[in-house]
Amino acid sequence: MNLESHLRARREAGARLLVPYVTGGLGHDWTDVVRAVVDAGADAVEIGIPFSDPVMDGPTIQAASQRALDAGATPTSILADARTLDVGIPLAVMTYCNLVFHAGCVRFAEALRDAGIAGAILPDLPLGEIGEWADAADAADVETVMLAAPNTTDERLAAICARSRGFVYGVSLMGITGERASLADSATRIASRAKAATDLPVLLGVGISTPEQAAEASTVADGVVVGSALIARLLEGGGPAGAHELIASFRAALDASD
Amino acid sequence: MTDLNVPARGRPVVLGAPGPEPTVRGRFEDFGGQFVPETLIPALEELEREFRAAWASDEFRAEFADLLTSYAGRPTPITECHNLSERLGVRVILKREDLTHTGSHKINNVLGQALLTKRMGKQRVIAETGAGQHGVATATACALFGLDCTVFMGAVDVERQALNVWRMQLLGAEVVPVQSGSRTLKDAVNDALRDWVATVESTHYCIGSVVGPHPYPWIVREFQRVVGDEARAQCLAALGADPDVVVACVGGGSNAIGTFTGFVDGPARLIGVEAGGLGIESGRHGASVARGVPGILHGARSLFLQDEAGQILEAHSISAGLDYPGVGPEHAALAAIGRAEYVSATDDVALEGFRLLSVCEGIVPALEPAHAIGWLARAVGDEVPLGSTVLVTLSGRGDKDAAQVAEILRQRDA
Repeated sequence: MNLESHLRARREAGARLLVPYVTGGLGHDWTDVVRAVVDAGADAVEIGIPFSDPVMDGPTIQAASQRALDAGATPTSILADARTLDVGIPLAVMTYCNLVFHAGCVRFAEALRDAGIAGAILPDLPLGEIGEWADAADAADVETVMLAAPNTTDERLAAICARSRGFVYGVSLMGITGERASLADSATRIASRAKAATDLPVLLGVGISTPEQAAEASTVADGVVVGSALIARLLEGGGPAGAHELIASFRAALDASD
Repeated sequence: MTDLNVPARGRPVVLGAPGPEPTVRGRFEDFGGQFVPETLIPALEELEREFRAAWASDEFRAEFADLLTSYAGRPTPITECHNLSERLGVRVILKREDLTHTGSHKINNVLGQALLTKRMGKQRVIAETGAGQHGVATATACALFGLDCTVFMGAVDVERQALNVWRMQLLGAEVVPVQSGSRTLKDAVNDALRDWVATVESTHYCIGSVVGPHPYPWIVREFQRVVGDEARAQCLAALGADPDVVVACVGGGSNAIGTFTGFVDGPARLIGVEAGGLGIESGRHGASVARGVPGILHGARSLFLQDEAGQILEAHSISAGLDYPGVGPEHAALAAIGRAEYVSATDDVALEGFRLLSVCEGIVPALEPAHAIGWLARAVGDEVPLGSTVLVTLSGRGDKDAAQVAEILRQRDA
């Protein structure tokens, strides 16, 4: 299932887009968590493939990654699990580029395709280094979502939007993943700049912590990615039911903001 | 700087010509690059721009040379080790980075990066440290220049290196114990990068080795090449020729690159000595060239110790300065093209080197270069022919390691 066309269709239907992030291999029931957030109204799901040294992630996702790795999660095992998911909405993986280049770009891209994964988000693979991966991903019909940061120049932003597939991931603040007390001022600015640069869906992520913040972010962006808030709930033992409850509250806030 | 400064050894540092830039996108052969979050790209572009301009500027180079002379105590001498030479059957010459201010080559790089920080108008500096040598050097430069300094140090290392933690605090730095991952040097780099992603507009990240995203491996090599440029001129004056073999220890590889760069266009064999830890076969070591595979960590493509899935493994070494699961990209390139050779010395061999140099020459080496000394002592007659002339970079002094080595030897003798 194509990520971009699905998100575009949802946007055209008037929806604010909601993409939860779930760390692959976090608990034996992580695929049930994915099903739960889909049931709660997700438009796509980001599946994290944990890496030993996740420099873009704060303590919450670091802890989840470590727990998954300690439980034996590997890219192979997570993609094997993901293949069993038939949730009716597109899935994207979020991981770090060492795991991709270690496997080989072509092998990794083909493994994603074979597991039914539509997209890939690689936060440490910027525009200047994307060539080898982009060629492999394009050939395997894997959509590579590019990230734009608050300090990205206009010139780079245009190039990032042109190279991005699926959607454009607006990093809402200067910093790493993790919950914040309020929505950063930089969030709506980068969203409106990206919206002006592309017709692709623009989602804000990093620091979107509450349904209220998600609604506020979506006044400019097409939607949000919710990571640490959900992972914190899972680390507390919330399980699929807790995940469902949390994502349903985000869904309700986004739907009410129309 | 004021005219009142008097060169420490009567003769000021003369910097060599700038070395070649890495190729497009910061590549050394297939290694290097800029694998970082988008947020860091503007800062890396600014740093590259500022360094290129500074390094071409006579004024900047003069200021750097003056600091190296009047503050760091350069040029450092070379010392011919007559006793050790007689014992081993090769002519051993040391490049004495142990005699610099703060006691290791790390000061060369931090003074250069502090000048860059000033030039960029930034007020805060962050750094990672393992044993604390780079942290102490960075805190020193920040004290000198009135910069705010935060040093990230693995919680395990904070406990092991209490004295250096106190030194950094005395110098005005904040030391942040890193609790993530293995809580050692690799994780200190991770947390420094995470801080930098949030503070990049006001903060300079002073990386301590020839690792990290472009332009760091290039910048740190250029600031450290004074070691090799001096050593080559000194060897030519003393020997009338290059040494046959040039040896340096390799963690991330900054003292080794600094040394090798002085000799790379000549005939000398270049040998990097990695941490063999408990033995390469034990799997508990820091030999990233010998046992690493190509990968991407801390912003660059290089050789890293990894498992089958590509997760980074923990390194092990008796020496915290070599306790890093990767190596700088230029070393990976020198190894790939065969211009430098990489060998390893175990913890035990390093301890032999530590004792040997102390006993023979009255020089207590840091545990890092003790790997190079220990390796050499065992390699004579084999990898190093009898009668060779060998330059070894003594990258730091052993005071920091005295308590640790005393404890190890006490336990062994018991």
